[in-house]
Amino acid sequence: MLNYIFGGIILLSVIVGIAFGNGSAVADGIIKGAEESVRLLTTMAGMMLLWSGVMEIASKGGFTRIIGRALSPFLRKLFRKAGNDEKALSAISMNVSANLLGLGNAATPFGIRAMNELHRLSGNSGTASEDMIIFVVMNTASIQLMPTMVGTLRQSYGSETPFDILPCVWISSAAALFVGLTLAKALMRKG
Amino acid sequence: MDLFMPVFIAVVIAFGFIKKVPLFDAFADGAKEGIFTLLKIAPTLVGLIVAVNMLKASGVTDALCTAVQPLAEKLGFPKEIVPMVLLRPISGGGSTALLTGIYRDYGPDSFAGRVASVLAGSTETTFYAITVYFGSVNIKKIRHTLVSALSADFTAAVMAVLTVRMMF
Repeated sequence: MLNYIFGGIILLSVIVGIAFGNGSAVADGIIKGAEESVRLLTTMAGMMLLWSGVMEIASKGGFTRIIGRALSPFLRKLFRKAGNDEKALSAISMNVSANLLGLGNAATPFGIRAMNELHRLSGNSGTASEDMIIFVVMNTASIQLMPTMVGTLRQSYGSETPFDILPCVWISSAAALFVGLTLAKALMRKG
Repeated sequence: MDLFMPVFIAVVIAFGFIKKVPLFDAFADGAKEGIFTLLKIAPTLVGLIVAVNMLKASGVTDALCTAVQPLAEKLGFPKEIVPMVLLRPISGGGSTALLTGIYRDYGPDSFAGRVASVLAGSTETTFYAITVYFGSVNIKKIRHTLVSALSADFTAAVMAVLTVRMMF
């Protein structure tokens, strides 16, 4: 996918740029873009390391398990089959808690484990089960308590209060999650 | 809200104290992970920021924005965000590149900057998640997963505009 996007954007820009007489601007864009990306990486490096460190303390202290326990009644209701399966439920709750903490790298392995458990529960069929659809939709609507990446980026570009958008982020992702899950459940009932 | 960061860090540290976490070791471990994350996104970021810069310089983004402007205006949607809304479910790196472009052109504390931030924080790279998770158990028939996931993305985009308009 990314291959086509990357290739497509570059070819389109050069062709359209030259056709519209913006050729030199495109050339300039290449140099500025390369410069800017490295400047961005260096400005965000410090905050990125800091947040990863802080989140690791939270995770080592068992924050993930605590969130998982708090979520379990909700998850039990949401997942029809996996709700009664301890192995599947624990993988799911670890994945959700890691997502909540913004630990994307930790969330994916838990998520893959959860998918394997759900696959087992569905009798290893080649078609997505209800629980799988719910689980993946939940993962595509990111639920993050602390979007550290966005905060760090905003700060790099000189924001005075990089985390002032947090309530908006929480409301938006909760609404997105609600709509996604409701639709998934509704479509399941239909067919 | 500017107290959020220090207070959040203090809460985590206090929590670590109570749970007897070796605070500094854990911190250093995590920060080391942060370096790897940074290194991992560096090549993507360089490639995509260059590509997006080229796209902007060529006039394609402007043309796209002008094309969708009437519809975007009717919906009360800032037109600067439209390319990002379209790219967000497909490419995480690409939408991050667009996000930084919005910060640079309009500022991170502008209306467009805030909406873009909320959008970035409340959505995921939908296609990537679907590919990775269903791919991991080799499932090709994903039924209504994509429709549901994209409707969630759309909701997030609409809510980003509404919430930012309400709170700022």
